[in-house]
Amino acid sequence: MKEYLMILFSAVLVDNFVLSKFMGICPFIGVSKKTSSAFGMSVAVTFVMVMSTALTWPIYRYILVPENGAWDLGYLKTLAFILVIALFVQLVEILIKRFMPPLYKSLGIYLPLITTNCAVLGVTILNIDAEYDFAQSLFNALGAGLGFMVALLLFSGVRERIERADVPKMFKGVPAALVAAGIVAASFTGFGGIVENLFG
Amino acid sequence: MSSLKEFTKGIIKENPTLVMLLGTCPTLAMTTQAINGLGMGIATTFVLLGSCVVISLLKRLIPDQVRLPAYIVIIAGFVTLVSFLLQVYVPDLYSTLGVFLSLITVNCIILGRAEAFASKNSVGRSALDALGMGVGFTLALVLMGSIREILGFGTWFGVDLTFGVLEPIGLFSMPAGGFMVFGFLVAVVNRLSHYQISKKKMGCENCPGRAGCGGHCGTVSKTEGEGK
Repeated sequence: MKEYLMILFSAVLVDNFVLSKFMGICPFIGVSKKTSSAFGMSVAVTFVMVMSTALTWPIYRYILVPENGAWDLGYLKTLAFILVIALFVQLVEILIKRFMPPLYKSLGIYLPLITTNCAVLGVTILNIDAEYDFAQSLFNALGAGLGFMVALLLFSGVRERIERADVPKMFKGVPAALVAAGIVAASFTGFGGIVENLFG
Repeated sequence: MSSLKEFTKGIIKENPTLVMLLGTCPTLAMTTQAINGLGMGIATTFVLLGSCVVISLLKRLIPDQVRLPAYIVIIAGFVTLVSFLLQVYVPDLYSTLGVFLSLITVNCIILGRAEAFASKNSVGRSALDALGMGVGFTLALVLMGSIREILGFGTWFGVDLTFGVLEPIGLFSMPAGGFMVFGFLVAVVNRLSHYQISKKKMGCENCPGRAGCGGHCGTVSKTEGEGK
């Protein structure tokens, strides 16, 4: 259990996908203006990350690179994974639109936007590169999603302040947000080593 | 003349990174050193050029409803090709770029140019457009990589500039420095263009990956315009 918690916490705090791996910057800057939409987006991203990992990990281990070594199609992982993610997102959208209209209203609008979110493809590929087993991959994906949520919620709080601040004209909008994101990222470096100390 | 314009517009006026704010993830992640920025830029340019030419050739064959999946498959194919080439000829760069090499697939710039330009124009013009955008992206990455490498490591393309006297500012080589340098660069571009860019439509309309920003990029640029 300890090992899984370590993976989870380091994905949330130390190796935060947005603030230290630079994945998913577009939604980080784009959807962080309102806390409510930041929350909706990050719930949707977390769900898609965990489910895509649950789909792509077996595909890699059993179809692309089978354990008996019959063939090695590992180089096709980028292509296979992005297709799986795109199909899965489309499917989920159709399903919840049909069966859960209230959920669709609150989360559905974010779903089509997620296909090209590089954090989702990133987490599935990193799970393979890190040679995690199935459970570890799921925990890593969950941690990545929760880390995305933490970063987005924290940043939307900061963002609401910036909107009211009197910044130089050339910094209005995106530049001010980027500089603020830098400060938030700097604060996250404070978490370095925390996981080893917590569980070590 | 007009074909020359297709090439040059991507370099300054419609620079995909600094003006249109597309492809921000690799811009921030791969610019700790100038050489990484150059490598990432060239790899992306190759994929951009290849996929735009192929998409332009196939524009009549790809049904409209499935065009995005089709584009993604073409782009992912070229990404796989590039990673093979790098793995064999430049293994160092291959390991530095790491997962971001695969993530070229979901770079907004490529899908954006495919959707906005290559699917509507002739092969030659698409190739020029792709090459211009790629060069613009590469230049922006090298510029940002240079700033971060000089400030963060005291070197430029690996050449020591501190002469053992000055202490480099480590912050700039960390993620936080990436966000800040990019913020300042965008601010400078805003200033130089006299806030005109924000009034035009940002690249987001062209970007299927606006997905990622939820079409909010447009709103952001509007608030910038209000400052005028």
